[in-house]
Amino acid sequence: MTFPARPKTRLTELSARERAAALLDSGTFRELIGPFERLESPHLELQGVVPACDDGVVVARGDLDGKEAVVLAVEGLFQGGGIGEVSGAKIAGALELALRDAESGHPVCPVLLLETGGIRLQEANLGLLAVAEIHQAIVALRSHVPVVGVVAGMVGCFGGMAIAAGLCSHVIMTREGRLGLNGPQVVEQEAGVAELDSDDRRLVWETIGGQQRVATGVADVLVEDDVAMIAETVRTACEAGVPAENRSAQVGRYEARLARIDVSEPVDGPALRALWDDEGEER
Amino acid sequence: METLTFDYPGSQPVAHHAHVGVVGSGDLEILLGPSPDQQAHVIVRTSVDGFGEVWEAVLDRFFTRNDLAAAVEINDSGATPGTVALRLAQAVEESRS
Repeated sequence: MTFPARPKTRLTELSARERAAALLDSGTFRELIGPFERLESPHLELQGVVPACDDGVVVARGDLDGKEAVVLAVEGLFQGGGIGEVSGAKIAGALELALRDAESGHPVCPVLLLETGGIRLQEANLGLLAVAEIHQAIVALRSHVPVVGVVAGMVGCFGGMAIAAGLCSHVIMTREGRLGLNGPQVVEQEAGVAELDSDDRRLVWETIGGQQRVATGVADVLVEDDVAMIAETVRTACEAGVPAENRSAQVGRYEARLARIDVSEPVDGPALRALWDDEGEER
Repeated sequence: METLTFDYPGSQPVAHHAHVGVVGSGDLEILLGPSPDQQAHVIVRTSVDGFGEVWEAVLDRFFTRNDLAAAVEINDSGATPGTVALRLAQAVEESRS
């Protein structure tokens, strides 16, 4: 007797709030500073931009396999997931609370769902400051508990928040996810279409897409865009604990990688994989 | 952006707070909660200027069909009238569960 395949639920089709609830153990989702706290950005309305009641970040406590967790989910559909003063403070504050808990022997696994273009331009310096606080909190926290970053798509993770992803203990991506300091449109705008044609989807994903990022060791695990599979991967990452050496501490390894690139020759996705392949045994 | 306010008479109290939708292109979020008096109070913040009459028509129709004493906040990012009507219906449904 055969059963029909379980219908697949794509994480990328869910809102940030739904994503947080879907990843946590069933029935354990509890939102902190929820919509009716109305902790919205004080800067957007003054600039003619409609604010959101949660400023585009969901802070959720709950369990992962019965162990305490905090999920910080950025809503990619609101202002491209841009980090402002309030949304950034929600993430940084939650991470700082998790640090305080960890230091008092009460580990809470932080999971960041990163769908963000980086700093929200309308809040420029305040966004930068908030992102710096997020970086600081991740670095302080990751020696106590694994900090798990998920870049599922469809926005991807860019700018200062791509650095945040780089600081995470474990980074999980889907094929749809993209991770990079500058997004393809910014690269095209600043360096010209000859440098990168942002409309060339194959080229963009071959350069910064999840499959390439995992193959070149910039992210750790490639997973299908499926709620159950991503939830399982997040649990495995939390269970794996603190890595022996964090990616951002491996300065020599990455310097050696950069030294191997001949900048006089264009390097495409497959070429980069070949160039960096000899380090595959480290994962 | 533009801010619009509307008031309607209403008698049925709201059982629970409800939040639906996202402030993303073509969508909107609605916060529905209890009203302090026997009226419905609606505040709309919309990214698209000049559609006050359309908002009025959509909300008139909704409150003709739903006798609610509710405080409604809408943060809109260019949703069509159809999407607005569906989100309002969804918010009412959520507030009952």
